[in-house]
Amino acid sequence: MNKTLTARLFGPKAWAALAAFAAVTLILVPILNLVVPETSALHLSTYWVTLIGKIMCYAIVALAMDLVWGYTGILSLGHGIFFALGGYGMGMYLMRAIGREGNYQSDLPDFMVFLNWKELPWYWQGTEHFLWAMLLVVLVPGLLAFIFGYFAFRSRIKGVYFSIITQAMTYAAMLLFFRNETGFGGNNGFTDFKRILGFHIAAPETRVVLFGLTATALIGFLLLGRYIVTSKLGRVLAAIRDAESRVMFSGYNPLPYKLFIWTLSAVICAIAGALYVPQVGIINPGEMSPANSIEIAIWTAVGGRGTLIGPLIGAGLINGVKSWFTVAFPEVWLYFLGLIFILVTLWLPRGVVGQIQSYFSKQEKRA
Amino acid sequence: MHPLPLHAGCAQRACIKAIPLPLLQPASPPDTRATRPATPESWIFKTAMTFMRPALLALLSLAISLASPLGFAKPAPELVLQLATGDNDAKVAALYAIAGSADPEALPILEALRDDTLKSLGGKQAIIFDGETASDAISGEKLAKVPDELEDVVSNNRVTNALDGAFAALALSSADQSERLEAVKKLQDSANPAILPLLDKALATESDPQIAKLLRLTQAAAQLQHPDKAIRLAAIQTLGGSGEPNAKVLLGALLEKEGSSYREADEALRVAAQQAINSINSHLKLGEAAGGLFTGLSLGSILLLAALGLAITYGLMGVINMAHGELIMIGAYAAYAVQNLIRAHAPDLFEFYPLIAIPVSFCASALVGVAMERLVIRHLYGRPLETLLATWGISLMLIQAVRSLFGAQNVMVENPAWLSGGVQVMSNLILPYNRLAIIAFAVLVVIGMGLILSRTRLGLFVRAVTQNRQMASCVGVATPRVDTMAFGLGSGIAGLAGCALSQVGNVGPDLGQSYIIDSFMVVVLGGVGQLAGTVYAALGLGVLNKLLEGFAGAVLAKIAVLVFIIIFIQKRPQGLFAVKGRFVDN
Repeated sequence: MNKTLTARLFGPKAWAALAAFAAVTLILVPILNLVVPETSALHLSTYWVTLIGKIMCYAIVALAMDLVWGYTGILSLGHGIFFALGGYGMGMYLMRAIGREGNYQSDLPDFMVFLNWKELPWYWQGTEHFLWAMLLVVLVPGLLAFIFGYFAFRSRIKGVYFSIITQAMTYAAMLLFFRNETGFGGNNGFTDFKRILGFHIAAPETRVVLFGLTATALIGFLLLGRYIVTSKLGRVLAAIRDAESRVMFSGYNPLPYKLFIWTLSAVICAIAGALYVPQVGIINPGEMSPANSIEIAIWTAVGGRGTLIGPLIGAGLINGVKSWFTVAFPEVWLYFLGLIFILVTLWLPRGVVGQIQSYFSKQEKRA
Repeated sequence: MHPLPLHAGCAQRACIKAIPLPLLQPASPPDTRATRPATPESWIFKTAMTFMRPALLALLSLAISLASPLGFAKPAPELVLQLATGDNDAKVAALYAIAGSADPEALPILEALRDDTLKSLGGKQAIIFDGETASDAISGEKLAKVPDELEDVVSNNRVTNALDGAFAALALSSADQSERLEAVKKLQDSANPAILPLLDKALATESDPQIAKLLRLTQAAAQLQHPDKAIRLAAIQTLGGSGEPNAKVLLGALLEKEGSSYREADEALRVAAQQAINSINSHLKLGEAAGGLFTGLSLGSILLLAALGLAITYGLMGVINMAHGELIMIGAYAAYAVQNLIRAHAPDLFEFYPLIAIPVSFCASALVGVAMERLVIRHLYGRPLETLLATWGISLMLIQAVRSLFGAQNVMVENPAWLSGGVQVMSNLILPYNRLAIIAFAVLVVIGMGLILSRTRLGLFVRAVTQNRQMASCVGVATPRVDTMAFGLGSGIAGLAGCALSQVGNVGPDLGQSYIIDSFMVVVLGGVGQLAGTVYAALGLGVLNKLLEGFAGAVLAKIAVLVFIIIFIQKRPQGLFAVKGRFVDN
């Protein structure tokens, strides 16, 4: 059943939709933002470019969540930590790229001057090189996920236990990053970035390029996810989700499979975080709060677990509504979000996309 | 330019003067004054005063005999002049002299100095200027015209301390016990040889043992510069036996070098001082260790209260209730509401409001819990991950509901008188009553819960349903009803935790969020389904957390504990006390 669903999602119509999405994000949006004059009704303001770019980052995270939760049955309530670590990796580079243009005109980032530090801590060494920073973005969260996953999966911690200790992990990391002495700017985090690779970070062109990169990453990860879940590996993952004991009795060791998808998911999250920070212009430990991580789960649940495309839609829907609600009626937003959590789990267990799919498959059976 | 703006302080000032003598509140120095911490250099003065004292006392007695015709006698005119026009050193010396004499008649001058109404006229005359009229501070005669060149008397920190000491010296003869206690506490900070006779006099008549003890300590502190070696030695030993951190500072100063010689010239006395310091140190360490254990227990009992409800809902029923923290928060807000209602409608009962709040908090949270179970959770039994998400949604709505009802800010929940303050066990160990009460409350709740689960029909049913739902259902237990009741019980206990928490911490809409992860950690660590495990885990985590805080600070300690739990669960996923055979797949 799983295969047919995936095949249906990526039938000719889906490929056409993907091509259309690529065309809109990579061609239409840049033109509407950069070429069309601001006075025109068709002009897309930089605010919208940033907002959509941000939501696409969230969509990548939701996709990563779908790989572990939807396809492997591991609910992580700590994915925010990987997202934030990726963001901090990029943020370290961006802070170093400020150079001497900070408030204190020092080689050190402003917050270090403020703490009266004389030199960079060892883990900041080399972050002025973009490539090294990007390596950190991938390696640090990847390594953390690998180690954490190895021990957790080896002791066969699963289900709610796993969810709760991932939550404890991100909570502990948040507390750690809130400290000034940790060397990541305390509760203010990193902000006031000036340039990336020499380009001005707030310039519309830079924004559009970042936007395009995010869209490319989203499409790329979607295709990667499709490749994985339709492969033999993906079949084993789904089997682990449905009956782990039976998989073991069949002679498979679930550990490498789970570890692979878990680490991959963390790395995807981290890349999303690295794309997020230059667009939004700030990263702080709030991104690691347990509430943020649990929200990721609801994006995935709303869109539909185990559908790949569903989480993207879920992330888009919820964050779209959120950015509207938090401006228009801020006091209603939490009611709304809470209600979504409840309604989706009670009446939409398969999410929006899953519901549509089952509707169509019923129609087909009737026909 | 006129140095002092005219303001309507006249009536108020008259009041202050009309108040009987001991009602004194030394004012803190205004910002304009040069502030300087009292440093060991004031010792130079104290030593100097030893020699000046007889002369000053003579001046003082002279002043008393020259009582002014207006009815308020003055201390020696020289002292008053010194206060108004001298430099800071002279002012301190004058104040010590006034303190030593404990002459009540000096009060108006001291008050004038405190209230900044004491002025200097050309550095030659002391004037009291109350905003409207000026009078000579020594003779009390009114000046026909307010002079233009009045200068403020500027006091630094040391002068202010000496002034406090002088006020305290005057209050030492008060008839009111608490005022005497306050006075002697203040005097401790400015102990100097000038007040020795005063202390001797006070000690002779003091009947209260606590005040007498403080007096003796102050006396010993003042005697450290006594010319007689034996008296100095006795003073050192008295201070060493006190276990007071202040005494340590005093003794430490003796060992410091001043130029080429030690403050305390005698070798044997320096050794004695070192021994006294060591004895105080070990005393303080003991107090610290006991204090650490107590705060650990206190934190543990709070964790225990927060986790106990979860031990039922999650531990026994297997419901992942992410809104547990919010049930605690509701309990705290219920206590807040009870407090407000009682304050408004029955102020006589205010002292007992926590007792009234306990059942109210229980019911409020239990009702919300029952509603949650009936409306949402019941449809999700057997789907723990979905339960987790749905209850998280409930928690968001509850937070927002409380924000809408009570506002987003923290609310004030006051301790009644019997819960504020604490009992002083050692010089550096005070056990607050509210913390003691929470420990006792936690014990009661554990006992109560144990009794309900083991001795009542509901407890029997809950255990039966936990162990084998089908079988329980077969023998006629209405399992859905038992689920609701058990969930309500767990929620109600969360409410009790909230009621207790309202007495020690902030009450705000985010209160629950800070406890949810901790509570789960406690339950998981203790072993799911194990009440005893929950108790050990909570107390153990509390003490461990506080112990680590001593080494690493609060945040790192918390992180270390979380990491410890994560690693622990990897090793023993079934918790400290496992029930065998519960964690087979489905």
